[in-house]
Amino acid sequence: MIREIIFPLLNVFGVLFVVLSVAAGLIWLERRLLAVWQDRYGPNRVGPFGLLQVVADSVKMFMKEDWLPPFADRLVFTIAPSIVMITALLSFAIIPITPYIGVLDLNIGLLYFLAMSSLSVYSLMLGGWASNNKYALLGGLRASAQMISYEVFMGLSLMGVVMISQSFSLRRIVEAQAGLWFCIPQFFGMIPFMIAGFAAAHRLPFDLPEAESELIAGFHSEYSGMKFGMFFVGEYIDVALISALTVTLFFGGWLGPILPAIVWFGLKTFVLICFFILMRATLPRPRFDQLIAYGWKVLLPLTLVNLLVTGAILLAKAS
Amino acid sequence: MLSLLRSMWMVLLHTFRRPVTIQYPEQKPYIAPRWRGRIILSRDPDGEERCVACYLCAAACPVDCIALQATQTEGGRRYPQFFRINFSRCIFCGLCEEACPTYAIQLTRDFEMSEYNRQNMVYEKEHLLISGTGKYPDYSFWRVSGVAIENKDKGEGIEDRPPVNPRTLMP
Repeated sequence: MIREIIFPLLNVFGVLFVVLSVAAGLIWLERRLLAVWQDRYGPNRVGPFGLLQVVADSVKMFMKEDWLPPFADRLVFTIAPSIVMITALLSFAIIPITPYIGVLDLNIGLLYFLAMSSLSVYSLMLGGWASNNKYALLGGLRASAQMISYEVFMGLSLMGVVMISQSFSLRRIVEAQAGLWFCIPQFFGMIPFMIAGFAAAHRLPFDLPEAESELIAGFHSEYSGMKFGMFFVGEYIDVALISALTVTLFFGGWLGPILPAIVWFGLKTFVLICFFILMRATLPRPRFDQLIAYGWKVLLPLTLVNLLVTGAILLAKAS
Repeated sequence: MLSLLRSMWMVLLHTFRRPVTIQYPEQKPYIAPRWRGRIILSRDPDGEERCVACYLCAAACPVDCIALQATQTEGGRRYPQFFRINFSRCIFCGLCEEACPTYAIQLTRDFEMSEYNRQNMVYEKEHLLISGTGKYPDYSFWRVSGVAIENKDKGEGIEDRPPVNPRTLMP
């Protein structure tokens, strides 16, 4: 009874709770880290170290008028923000945090993640479309074009990992890294995957769907209140998701000496999240044609070559 | 690509820099001695109002935030009946201070004048007048001017010579 009901329930709600609070904490972390790298303090007034800034922000967000533009497509406009959060949270189900913690162990885990990440773009596209606003529509168009270009090699870049570990299950992939983390043999798979992850999460060098300098706020120009908050939190869940996934696929997940598994997982994810934020602090936003050309002309060939070389080496080893 | 990595490294090094932020309410910023802040009306060394209600400050004010009404004591000493500065309009340009012939109106280093009620930004004479002399401790307009007022006739001021009757001033 305890093994069959309580354990899975604890797992599900524990992971949900942790993911949501991590996403909220990320808002604070990002603002503080960006500030540190710009020689500022960042939010440090509300609570210790400004940690309660998130609470203040969300109270503000709830108090705001939840405005539905009269010219918008009401139903789609309301549904769109939830899609990005739902898909991001659903993707977290397959992440093995430690050998015992983790919601699902799908044997097609990776494919499931790829499916979810391509579904999440519907949120931006529908949001942009339903807003009935030209800037929002342009943002939505950019989001879908960017996603189509980048998810091609997002999937392909992971195939090297799958070939070596002989499995789509993330648990098996982590166990296959006991000898050597995949970030070394699959270095040229990791780089495109991380870049595609940035693009999928619409993080700063790739946040053209909401490029403030050109498109007001892009796809969420018309959103306010908690609907905007959903997009906002969804983005941070995506950041945590991509970081956790990169850790699982390329940095050996929970594997590591001395410290317990959960600490290793948390530590590695934290470092990667900081790396995400550092990217945002440093890099300027490319032009849209540069973004697409970079995807098709540089990263796609790179992943294909990586795939061929990995396959050739595996074949040579087998024979 | 290498330049991107290099700039990321440079940004990372900023972790060890001191923030340049001055955390204002606890940590006060440096205010220059000639800072143009809250406007005051000063008094002469005798403790009397310096302002002679000449309207030059009101005329110089580019945003028309100064309002006053001149009047006189029985002894002939001009002073403002009311003197009103609307600080919600004031742009702290300091032109009133430059225009003032008696050093009465002066700008100070105080800038913390926020109010919850907009009406409280309007300062009357009792709010503007200070008890001291401000930037020019020894200056007293009525002592150096040749105007006759109570207990000072013409020619009795500092560096004044007794008045000459022009009709007796024959060659």
